[in-house]
Amino acid sequence: MNTGALALALAGAAVVAALASAASGLLATRWPRTLSWLAFPLLALCGATALAAGLLALAGDTTTTAILPLGLPWLPWHVRLDPLSGVFLLILGAVLVPVAIYGPGYTRAFRNGRDSLAALGVFTGLFVTGMLGVVLAADAFLFMVAWELMSLASYFLVTFQHEVAEHRRAAFLYLLMAHVAGLAILLAFGVLAASGGSFAFAAMRSHPPDALWASVAFALALLGFGTKAGLLPLHLWLPEAHPAAPSHISALMSAVMLKVAVYGFMRVVFELLGPPQWGWGVTLVLVGATTAVVGVLFALQQTDLKRLLAYSSVENLGIVFLALGLALIFLGSGHPALAALALVAALYQSLNHALLKGLLFLGAGAVLHGAHERNLERLGGLQRRMPRTGLFFLIGCMGMAALPPLNGFVSEWLTFQAALQAWQLGSGLLRILVPVAAAALALTAALGAAAFVRAYGSAFLGRARTRHVRRAHEVGVGMRLAQALLVAACAAAALLPTTLVGLFATATRQLTGAGLDQAGSRGWLWLTPIAPDVASYAPIPILLVLALLGASLVWALRPSRQVPVRRADPWDCGFAPPTPRMQYSAAGFAQPIRRVFAMVYALDEDTDAAAATHRLLVRDRLWGWLYAPLGVALDRLAELARRAQTGHVRRYLSWSLITLLVLLWIIS
Amino acid sequence: MDHFLSPLAHALSALLQPLLLLTVAPLLVAWIRRVKARLQNRRGASLLQPYRDLRKLFAKEAVVARTASPLFRVAPYLVFAATLVAAGALPLLSLRLPSAAVADAIAVIGLLGLARFLLVLAGLDAGTPFGGMGSSREMLVSTFAEPALLLVVFTLAMTAHSTNLASMAQTTLHAGLVLRPSYLFALAALLLVAIAECGRIPVDNPATHLELTMIHEGMLLEYSGRHLALMEWAAQLKLALFAVLIVDLFLPWGIAAGFAPGALARAALALALKLGALGALLAVAETALAKMRLFRVPGFLNLAFMLALLGLLSHVILEAAT
Repeated sequence: MNTGALALALAGAAVVAALASAASGLLATRWPRTLSWLAFPLLALCGATALAAGLLALAGDTTTTAILPLGLPWLPWHVRLDPLSGVFLLILGAVLVPVAIYGPGYTRAFRNGRDSLAALGVFTGLFVTGMLGVVLAADAFLFMVAWELMSLASYFLVTFQHEVAEHRRAAFLYLLMAHVAGLAILLAFGVLAASGGSFAFAAMRSHPPDALWASVAFALALLGFGTKAGLLPLHLWLPEAHPAAPSHISALMSAVMLKVAVYGFMRVVFELLGPPQWGWGVTLVLVGATTAVVGVLFALQQTDLKRLLAYSSVENLGIVFLALGLALIFLGSGHPALAALALVAALYQSLNHALLKGLLFLGAGAVLHGAHERNLERLGGLQRRMPRTGLFFLIGCMGMAALPPLNGFVSEWLTFQAALQAWQLGSGLLRILVPVAAAALALTAALGAAAFVRAYGSAFLGRARTRHVRRAHEVGVGMRLAQALLVAACAAAALLPTTLVGLFATATRQLTGAGLDQAGSRGWLWLTPIAPDVASYAPIPILLVLALLGASLVWALRPSRQVPVRRADPWDCGFAPPTPRMQYSAAGFAQPIRRVFAMVYALDEDTDAAAATHRLLVRDRLWGWLYAPLGVALDRLAELARRAQTGHVRRYLSWSLITLLVLLWIIS
Repeated sequence: MDHFLSPLAHALSALLQPLLLLTVAPLLVAWIRRVKARLQNRRGASLLQPYRDLRKLFAKEAVVARTASPLFRVAPYLVFAATLVAAGALPLLSLRLPSAAVADAIAVIGLLGLARFLLVLAGLDAGTPFGGMGSSREMLVSTFAEPALLLVVFTLAMTAHSTNLASMAQTTLHAGLVLRPSYLFALAALLLVAIAECGRIPVDNPATHLELTMIHEGMLLEYSGRHLALMEWAAQLKLALFAVLIVDLFLPWGIAAGFAPGALARAALALALKLGALGALLAVAETALAKMRLFRVPGFLNLAFMLALLGLLSHVILEAAT
């Protein structure tokens, strides 16, 4: 059995394990404990096999296809595992294993609740099956089936706690947007199938549509996959839906499902649409940069920890699409090697975001579990109550803030390096656009650091702002182990960039025909994506020197006598000692930036000096500008349609007759 | 001979250049204070005063707020180490600096960001209003200063086709005295950013005693003893680092290409003159300007960002052919 077949068999085993997990979820109606010792272990198995399959496909650089005896009579299901699928299987597996370890501890609290644990088990299994199916599909039919399975299963997971009206509303919005997205993707495949003559990707690949239709398909794919990925202006469902689901599901949705959307987009745009046009790249760069900046600006203003993380996902997906746009620009203007660099940056960013956001959502779940609170204005001081979770969350925040030597920095650095090669472009317009996009990315990174300083600082530092938070407790072993695993994965992504870039380059070779041949030219320690004298980065020496310096400073400055450090009250200006309510609040922390970027937010703010209260609501302007008018317009249309709905049989019969006549006229 | 000595010399170069910068950093601060004092018709303290302050602080007991978490005690060491590692990637006397390949200009900015991240968290840790105030303001400043700084680096990196600081200095050196509009914009932006990043007037007043106006000092309010000494020294190092960054990127003339003693001595003299001139410039500016209101600061930094962007665009439009 060669590597490719083995990888595909493992991927198949992962699908079977996910389906088995879904089936075993049914048992939870009678025996709730089966969720912990059957459904979640099966998910962990699924994750491990998916991870192995992805690694094998990448390391072996193999492409394996198979035809399943399922599906329509004239269209059996095609599956295919190539390096690009491998990257996303790797991402899925790396997040799913910790989530499955985390699950039993987290769902124990639901056992005595009103919510159906069986639904949680079944739909989690189906959700994972759907995501695996999308990544493995090699024809549009299977792709759409798996895509809809993923969307619908995740809808039921968002409505898991359906007694909360807010969750029902979020889930409905999600369902609506998912359908719009599904429709757009279906139409994009329709365009491709029309020129390819078949729904199989292989046929589409060999007969791409002409330039005009390719642009139509691109627009549809951007609409469809962009909605799922939360690109502006179609992102509003994301910060509603992701926080509504249980935290381990939020982790899967943010970390993996958004990446599946990225996968679908890459599959369609880089492989099936034929020769890329640089205009697509410009569109993507503009959309991606706007999404990133607006996403992080809203992340900075959220007081709900999970909503903050969801908005940060919007930001990160914006960065991924910006890098994809750079790749299209480079590819469209004849620089496949630079396109490969930008693609590697996009893939690396996808992996980093998956690991970090998985870690942070699991951390937010641990906070919710240990302190029963997710509002930053009521949290505080958790670092002392939950030291392990606090440390893991801090690492996640530092990674998200793109600080060296953590993993978030590597992908940001690669994106910058790709953008800095803009001088090689021929067109002056593009040479201006790309550096401006890099400026937007730099702004995003700085704002991201502020957002995550605020998140960690408000929740974990200072003093507890409410009584129940003061009594928070550390979470169990399983939940801590899951976070530790993700931290370990982040460390691998941070310290071994050359290895990972080498793996990702197999995928870019498949898409652009070029890899990053220079990336490891000075050895595995040095990441030199273009050439050693252009740019190099070596995270391990940085980490080592930091650790050595820190340790030797601690040693050199230790007090001569071994006495515990003296503790004292904090500085109070000579007045009464400060109370927890006198701390800077999360809203206060972000106030200067809110004031500077006031034009982005729809602020609803008033202060009552007599009652000493201040109310602040930060909303998206798009609600008023786009969504509300659309809703009103739809209502009007529905009102018009209702006029036809009179209840008289005669009227209905006449409608049928008219329809029949029109159809006959069309046929004749 | 040279071949045999080379690895040793490189290692020494990577080790000694940041240590030298660390040693002279307090002197630069003392020099600025001395020039300011003279401009204000005062005699000013001795040039050794910052060293004496550090020695005093290192000898004192460290007191920690009751409300602080362990992060509060770890932060000074990491802030200091991160700033020193960032300084290690800057060529000071010689361009042959192997550590410039470990962390390029973007990574140096990232390491300064790491130091700031921990400093800001330390400010929030004790849970006092002043710490939070300083932290919140510091993030406001860095939100604008960091992108502007990155854009300055991008402008020069696009000319040098490299983000390695030693290579960038080399390119400027080789090009000779060419007046590039992009460099002028970038230099102006970098000067503004350096003032903001180092917490100098008109953005922040390092000598303030009023808690409500503090940014950097507000975050340090709870620190004492060796912790405070490390934080103060890191801040002084950061000021020196920015001065050297300006010198490396825009005025590298005089820097040695290898390890010849004569060239190194010339480089040291040139560096001392350049840092002295920059310090005097800062002192004059601080004497002539008043501190701005906090909400004027974004405008100031927007100017820096726009100048940096103009520099980048003028490079792309006017100089890309070169």
